[in-house]
Amino acid sequence: MKPQATDAEMLKGTLDMMILRTLVSGDAHGHTIAKIIERSSEDVLEVEQGSLYPALHRLEDRGWVSSFWGASENNRKAKFYRLTAAGKKQLLRETQRWRQMTRAIGLVMGEGPAERGAQ
Amino acid sequence: MSWLRFFRRRQSDADLQNEIASFLEEETADNMARGMSREDAHRQARIKLGSVQKARETLWTQNTPPALGTLARDIRYSMRTLLRTPGFSLIAVLVIALCIGAATSLFTIVRSVMLRPLPFNDPGRLVMLYEHFRAPQMNTDGFNYNVVAPADFYDWRSKTNGFQDMAIWRYGQYNLTGERGELPEVIHVGGGSWNLFPLLGVKPALGRSFTESEDQIDGAAVMLSWSIFERRFAGDASIIGRSIHLDGKPYTVVGVLPASFTYPDATIQLWVPYKAGLPEDILHHHDFHFSHVIARLRPGVSLASALSQVSAIQYRLHQQYSPAPVAEDVAPRSMNDDLSKGVKKPLTVLLGAVGCMLLIGCLNVANLLVARGASRQKEVAIRSALGAPRATLIREQLTESLLICIAGGVTGTALSTAATRWLAHAWKDLPTAQGIHVDSMVLLFAFGLIFAAALIAGLLPALSTTGKSVIKSLLTSTRTGSSSVSRTALRKTLLTIEIAVTVVLLISAGLLLKSFMHLRSADVGSITDNLLTLGYSLPQQKYDTPAKVNAFNEALLERLRAVPGVRGVALGSTLPAAGYGGDDMFLIKNHPLPKSVADMPDAITRTADPGYFTALGIPLLRGRFFTNDDTGDLSHKVIISQQLAKQYFPGENPVGQSIHVEAMHDSDFEIVGVVGDTLWRVDEAGKPTMYFPVLMGSVGAINFQALAVHTESNPLSYSVTVQKQIAALDPELPVSDVLTMDQVIGESLGNASLSATLVLGFAILSLILASVGLYGVLQYLMTQRTTELGIRMALGASRDHLLQLILFDGLRPALFGLGIGVAASLLVSRLFQSMLSGTRPVDPIVLGGVTATLLAVAVLACLVPAWRASHLDPMQALRTE
Repeated sequence: MKPQATDAEMLKGTLDMMILRTLVSGDAHGHTIAKIIERSSEDVLEVEQGSLYPALHRLEDRGWVSSFWGASENNRKAKFYRLTAAGKKQLLRETQRWRQMTRAIGLVMGEGPAERGAQ
Repeated sequence: MSWLRFFRRRQSDADLQNEIASFLEEETADNMARGMSREDAHRQARIKLGSVQKARETLWTQNTPPALGTLARDIRYSMRTLLRTPGFSLIAVLVIALCIGAATSLFTIVRSVMLRPLPFNDPGRLVMLYEHFRAPQMNTDGFNYNVVAPADFYDWRSKTNGFQDMAIWRYGQYNLTGERGELPEVIHVGGGSWNLFPLLGVKPALGRSFTESEDQIDGAAVMLSWSIFERRFAGDASIIGRSIHLDGKPYTVVGVLPASFTYPDATIQLWVPYKAGLPEDILHHHDFHFSHVIARLRPGVSLASALSQVSAIQYRLHQQYSPAPVAEDVAPRSMNDDLSKGVKKPLTVLLGAVGCMLLIGCLNVANLLVARGASRQKEVAIRSALGAPRATLIREQLTESLLICIAGGVTGTALSTAATRWLAHAWKDLPTAQGIHVDSMVLLFAFGLIFAAALIAGLLPALSTTGKSVIKSLLTSTRTGSSSVSRTALRKTLLTIEIAVTVVLLISAGLLLKSFMHLRSADVGSITDNLLTLGYSLPQQKYDTPAKVNAFNEALLERLRAVPGVRGVALGSTLPAAGYGGDDMFLIKNHPLPKSVADMPDAITRTADPGYFTALGIPLLRGRFFTNDDTGDLSHKVIISQQLAKQYFPGENPVGQSIHVEAMHDSDFEIVGVVGDTLWRVDEAGKPTMYFPVLMGSVGAINFQALAVHTESNPLSYSVTVQKQIAALDPELPVSDVLTMDQVIGESLGNASLSATLVLGFAILSLILASVGLYGVLQYLMTQRTTELGIRMALGASRDHLLQLILFDGLRPALFGLGIGVAASLLVSRLFQSMLSGTRPVDPIVLGGVTATLLAVAVLACLVPAWRASHLDPMQALRTE
């Protein structure tokens, strides 16, 4: 069964960051990356394959990840991705921006929508 | 990296498909582990994966940089538009192909001949040195660079140090006889000083070049050109060290020149040392001008300072030998200029003509595109209303013209390689030392032309369709009966320019053609029909006394006169219209001595046998011809031409007087007769000429004889008979240049005819283009005005009236263009005035002819649309949307 996708739609631009984060713990292929993201988000986020693979290729093109063909855990041929030094720096930058952003949004939300409406 | 991914899109896509396959397998395996059946597991995996196509498309777009993506789209659109009207596209591509092809060909030749450095070591520091006379009458066009006397050169080389080195070379001719029974042949050779090849930086392909000790009068070394090495010696390297026979004398082959060396032109087959075979005294003369000097500048020394040293030496020599013709100064000329002196002007004219044609071609394509733009007016308006930026619309239309121009340009460049080969072959005077071929510069030029053409052809229509306000465009409807005035005006302006340029081309072609006709019909001064000409030269080795030479010549003349069908035979050093053949200064006995070199009487020197004038039909005006008694060393008789008599014996009877010719054994000659003038080249003005008896006998180094046989019928059919008679007297004697007199004249006119024909060709092509343009514009106008015409008819306008209306509409730009073109051609034709003979820039016949032709063509082009307009069915016309 396909879970409800409405809430699960990923915030635009966060996919790249999450992919990079996933790769911190070790090299992984597309299927594992998707699985890790889904598991760690407690199945809230569902990774759309249609955007995962283009995203991986884009990251590779920018030099943040490198790739190689290897054998998966089940001994199948799979394309593995590895975080590069530039990718680590990028992850740091993105994490920082993400924290700032969530904090800002949190501050805004803390004031409450009703008060803003009354102004 | 990011641009490279564009070229790896396919690889990337394949990768993705593999990844997706691997994902499916993993997910299926996971699902099966969860206890699903195999089928269900696979199905769920697919559901989770979602659309594969979407992922592929996303990646594909992501790998395509935006600019390239739009470009691809523009190209796709333009291709579709062009393919929808294949006729138009084909014509446009063809027009551009012809124009760019012709322009590229011409540029290839111009670049090869005038711009590309010669294939020598550091050619920028090489310069030709000539003697230069100060007197203005010695400086008429083409004569201001006088060939150098050897004695002058040796003084320059030994007494100055501004140049790193100087070398000297001369033309020569030998009979090459076979070693193993090959046929004898006459070959052109170069005589080069021993340092010539080291100075040029040319290394022999085989063997070595000359040594200083070989550069002597009795030097017997020879270097082969690559072409004769391959042709006559079968490319056999063992020829080095063997000897070959030139004029019966053995010469040792010391080296073979590389194939790239064709200086000064490809006719030079061998090189001998400069001094080899020259008479001793000629090397000590300061007034025997027959050599070319190449000097290499010392690094860090300017040409002016190096030259001033040489000039100073020359001026001293001039003073020392006055009044002998020793020049005052030395004049430099670049090697490229030196080689291209005869073709520079015609090449420039042709390049101009080709440029005009290219412009017309572009304007024509622009015109056609404007017409098409009209039908897309609404589409463009709607798109800009929907927010398409103007730049995008312009870019789209430019893409279209760019596609046309690229297709045309590629075809044209391909065509031009063939055309260039033909042109280089047909153009006899073209210097070939640089080699004529397409190089990267030429391709770059063609590339530039393609883009320039695309810009000219595309920008005007694009600007005209896109600039208007949306509302106006949408409102402009055929229903209102008014058409876009501005576009019509634009098309008419384009047409006017097109016609003006065509007129310039037509008038130029007319002038060149008329001048060619004039030359063609020029009176050479002798008969030219049924005349077989050929040359031979008696080798000094075998014919070492005047008696032997005379015996051969007399025996040959006697044999030939006995051949049935031969009307007369003439033997001399040079035949009329067959070349210059050298000139000599002379002094007239009992006349005051001339004050300076420039005033020294000077005449072309020829020799003639007693039957020469009669056989060639040159009239005797006074005195007598030579007789068989005018032979031997002591016969000091001369016959002069009418021009010489008029110029140097005004109001006197020259017959019986004497002249002194230093160059001819330093002796006196009695004038026995005056004959009619002949031209030495049909496209050159005549010059005073003096004839010495051929049977006087000479055993000089150059003993060339030209033979003319006047026959009753087709002269070429006698050529074998004549050659057999020569072979019967001396089987080792080769003959050269077996031609009819008409061919000789044709050859010297070849270039005039070539440039006239080419310019005419360009002009006719332009005329066709312009008339197609005229027709197209008028046809378009007519369609635009169909409703208006219908209304006019409904209101009672007569068919004749409508015919006139449309006809005048079309003829107006033609008349404007004609006026502008005629005015412009007056200026333009002044630029190539020196190429004209017998016509002047303002030539009423040419002007009239061109005007009439253009008007006739214009009326024809206008008549069809005008007639169609006048035969419209008014009801139909009013309903036309």
